[in-house]
Amino acid sequence: MLKDLHNCTWIQYFLGLAIGFLFGFFLQKGGVCYYDTIMQQLLLQDFTVVKIILTAIVTGMVGIYAMRDLGWINLHKKSGSLGATIPGPLIFGVGFAILGYCPGTSVGAVGHGALDALIGGILGIMAGAGIYAAVYPRLKERVLPLGSFGDKTVIDLVQPKNPWLVIIAVAVFIIGFLFVLEIAGL
Amino acid sequence: MDIFQIFADYLSVSIWSPYIAGLGIGILCWLAFLLSNHPIGVSTAFAKSAGMIETAVRGPEVRKKPYYRENQPTIDWEWMLVAGLFLGAYTAAWLSGDIVWKWVPRMWEDAFGPGIGLRLGAALFGGICVGFGARWGSGCTSGHGISGTLQLVLSSWIAVFCFFGAGVAVAFFIYRII
Repeated sequence: MLKDLHNCTWIQYFLGLAIGFLFGFFLQKGGVCYYDTIMQQLLLQDFTVVKIILTAIVTGMVGIYAMRDLGWINLHKKSGSLGATIPGPLIFGVGFAILGYCPGTSVGAVGHGALDALIGGILGIMAGAGIYAAVYPRLKERVLPLGSFGDKTVIDLVQPKNPWLVIIAVAVFIIGFLFVLEIAGL
Repeated sequence: MDIFQIFADYLSVSIWSPYIAGLGIGILCWLAFLLSNHPIGVSTAFAKSAGMIETAVRGPEVRKKPYYRENQPTIDWEWMLVAGLFLGAYTAAWLSGDIVWKWVPRMWEDAFGPGIGLRLGAALFGGICVGFGARWGSGCTSGHGISGTLQLVLSSWIAVFCFFGAGVAVAFFIYRII
């Protein structure tokens, strides 16, 4: 692994900025920094958001697992629990539909001039994160550990002889789903 | 027409195929893991910004809060990623002449009128839920929705179904019932 590069703080700041730049570029060109696109996805009328996410997942998954097998990278898996992974994301989803942007696309939306994403989105998301920091000690004690399932992956659940069986199955399923969306004209 | 001209023309197209955008984002995930040993994620930077602002207003004791001890409110790789995200989206929109200063999105205006106050109030409330929920669930549509799911992490797949499940339900409530 590229340990020396990973430890070089200033180059890492630059790489973060550069990768973020391209990320924002693709989000904007993909059309998902727009309230209307996101809301039409949530109303199941336009599947641009799902198409971009699923294409990124298939592309990313194959490359990340290939590089993992080559020993080039480490995985970065997030642990979860019923107390953290269900209520938090449900609240997120409610806010997502009211705001009409997610954290990344709200920043991108400001880039093309959406002022509701600046005042509502960015300020609101920061405020929400700040409020969470205030209640975190209580949640950490009582709610977050409930029903912990750790950082298991789908591969750990299925336990195939070769992890690529699961990876290929997921890729085939997603690509098939994308074909269905295109055939259905969505 | 030479290849550079074709490339330059493509940059000035407003909206690309979602498959090109998705492919590009997938490849960026490889680069982030390989070159920076980091998954792409956005919402942590919001928590860190909130902590930095709170520190500026209320003083350094803010950093002693348990959450900020575990997530130090400083500028880091993810924060630079989000700064880059803004610049990239701005550049992409600028190249196709799509920068339009606007308070109220078209769909919202069609349903609820052009009032700025109503839209900003809703956006602020929605944003607070997004920020609160993202930190409660340790990730947003980037960290769970792309970086986590592509590693086939169970918690990320559950989170994404909750994001979109609740999102679809509330969107239908807002636009079909209200």
